[in-house]
Amino acid sequence: MKRRTLLTAAAASALALGAAFPSFAADPVKVGFIYVGPKNDGGWSQHHHEAAMVMAEHFGDAVEIVEQESVPEGPDAERVMTQMALSGADIIFTTSFGYMDQTINVAAKFPDVKFEHATGYKTAPNVGVYSARFYEGRAVEGYLAGHMTKSNKIGYIGSFPIPEVIRGINSSFLHAKKENPDVEMSVVWLNTWFDPAKEADAAQAMIDQGIDVVLQHTDSTAPQITAQKAGNVYTFGQAADMAEFGPMPRISSIIDEWAPYYIERVQAVIDGTWESDNTWDGIGAGMVGIGEISSAVPADVKAGAEALTASISSGEYHPFTGPINKQDGSVWLAEGEVADDGTLAGMNFYIEGLTGEIPQ
Amino acid sequence: MIAIVKRPEPSKFWTIATPIFAVILTMILGGLLFAAMGKDPVAAIRTIFWDPLFNEQFAAYSRPQLLVKAGPLILIAIGLSIGFKAGIWNIGAEGQYIMGAITGASVGLALYPLEAWWIFPAMVIAGALGGFLWAMIPAILKTRFNTNEILVSLMLVYVAEQILASAALGFLRNPEGNGFPGSRNLSQIPWLSNPELIPGTGAHWGVVAALGAVVAAYVLLNKHMLGFQIRLTGESPRAARFAGVKDKLLVMFCLGTAGALAGLAGLFEVTGPAGQISIDFGAGYGFTAIIVAFLGRLNPIGILLAGLLLALTFIGGELAQFMLGLPSAAIQVFQGMLLMILLAMDLVVNYRIILVNREAA
Repeated sequence: MKRRTLLTAAAASALALGAAFPSFAADPVKVGFIYVGPKNDGGWSQHHHEAAMVMAEHFGDAVEIVEQESVPEGPDAERVMTQMALSGADIIFTTSFGYMDQTINVAAKFPDVKFEHATGYKTAPNVGVYSARFYEGRAVEGYLAGHMTKSNKIGYIGSFPIPEVIRGINSSFLHAKKENPDVEMSVVWLNTWFDPAKEADAAQAMIDQGIDVVLQHTDSTAPQITAQKAGNVYTFGQAADMAEFGPMPRISSIIDEWAPYYIERVQAVIDGTWESDNTWDGIGAGMVGIGEISSAVPADVKAGAEALTASISSGEYHPFTGPINKQDGSVWLAEGEVADDGTLAGMNFYIEGLTGEIPQ
Repeated sequence: MIAIVKRPEPSKFWTIATPIFAVILTMILGGLLFAAMGKDPVAAIRTIFWDPLFNEQFAAYSRPQLLVKAGPLILIAIGLSIGFKAGIWNIGAEGQYIMGAITGASVGLALYPLEAWWIFPAMVIAGALGGFLWAMIPAILKTRFNTNEILVSLMLVYVAEQILASAALGFLRNPEGNGFPGSRNLSQIPWLSNPELIPGTGAHWGVVAALGAVVAAYVLLNKHMLGFQIRLTGESPRAARFAGVKDKLLVMFCLGTAGALAGLAGLFEVTGPAGQISIDFGAGYGFTAIIVAFLGRLNPIGILLAGLLLALTFIGGELAQFMLGLPSAAIQVFQGMLLMILLAMDLVVNYRIILVNREAA
């Protein structure tokens, strides 16, 4: 409590200082980014970084970018955010789920600094949240996986058992099963977003069990490298295109398109119109992109995947459309019923046909 | 020609002077590294060593953060150093730290929403006990079955990490957390929290405990019979046995103390800065503390200073990352350089470097 007042005082005096020197007003808007992995992880963090660079280029001298990579989700994140805010950042993007409570804590101490938290659900007057409907992309991956597997065994490298990841597993399995009723999916939980050694081990263990399509919700390219060595194994780019692994083992990818959102939100700060928001966009709005489907995929399968992408994009088809049962056989969605966002946001169950349990 | 001659006794002067020289040498070499990367070396060094302490904009915040970061490191390192002095190698402090946090938090959360003054003290005892018992596993295996405590304690870290994940996802999960992993936020529940004791200092109970541990360890090692036995065992186990040192009891004592202190550090961290049990609660303090113990030359005062220095390079390193755009890998290289140079300079503590006339030789 006391620390909060002290910091507010510090922030207020910094503000007063700014007011005393009006020339500061013309200063560029300072935009902070905090990444959970290295800026060159090849996936999630790199893509946020690249989007930040696109945004910086768009605004030129009007913005100044400060970045910090490989920030652990915990007290260290809180300190990094506080120091960024103290150093004069106007808006800070915290780009991992585990920064949620820290973002809320720090935002409470700096009411004049805007915060944007990726993939969380807690908002405040100066905290907005944004995420993408990755499960729409996962449906396309599942479709391709169902067609491409020869052993009918698909593997999924899970990160943390949170709703975002569980949605992806359900969506890809649902669409793989639709195309190929014999398909089985094994899920491995790594409890990390980025750990190339663990990811490679998981991929290798799956391949050893005869799995020939590996999906991942972790950020490194280690599964691609492992699959490349194994030969006849297919993977998908995660968060970034990972095109360097095409046409084999990477046959397509889900690409996160953050740049337009970053440009829009920073513009709002410049204009003074920024307000807390809760953005959750998918393929239609351009936040989720499907990377080029490689030549390893037969033409008719590719056409089918593109048609599926188009129907999701137009809003004609929702990836979670009934009938869908939960893992225990109870009805989740009746024939033709579409999942509501509330259920999706808190999804903590597997759908019918998936084996194993969500860790708890 | 240069020759290296062993000193009969480690040099008193160089024991104190080497850390200072090491820091200066690291600044110079690190500066060269940063310059080679196209960054202003003076600004980089100033950001790492000066700004966290004296920068007007944020020193008021980052100075207390030094204590927050150094507190658990010092507390764990003190416990480890006692064992290291006796030649008992506990590499599993990270696991004991995690188990202390889990047992302490479990007691607090089991009593939730009860409000009483004694809950926090009970959690502290549970935390110390959790770490102690976790360290007793390698201790008992070593004394009864002569297993290697290095391997057992290290492997138990991975077991503790699995228990941590299971706690965050299962028995300690916040029932009001919308299905997300992680416990209730202990730091927001008054009776379970470990707040800042004096506003603006960053000093919570863990920092107090760390300072207490420094004093206690100093007294133990320098003024107490047990401290003598510990040193004797480390230097000559055979002589120690002849002198009547009960070596099995000593193993129990050293591992148990280290475990209890690591458990305390975990408890103070989970109720304070971290706030909750989460899957990645273990942030490597237990391993970093090994470096702190050796950096401080297994001396309580040295450990205090080493903990603060390491915390400074962490916090300063973060500042340098986002203020100067230095990559985090460069900061890690810099920290590694500091440790390497410090250890390498041990040479002049134990040896003399002399110029020898070639003809005479």
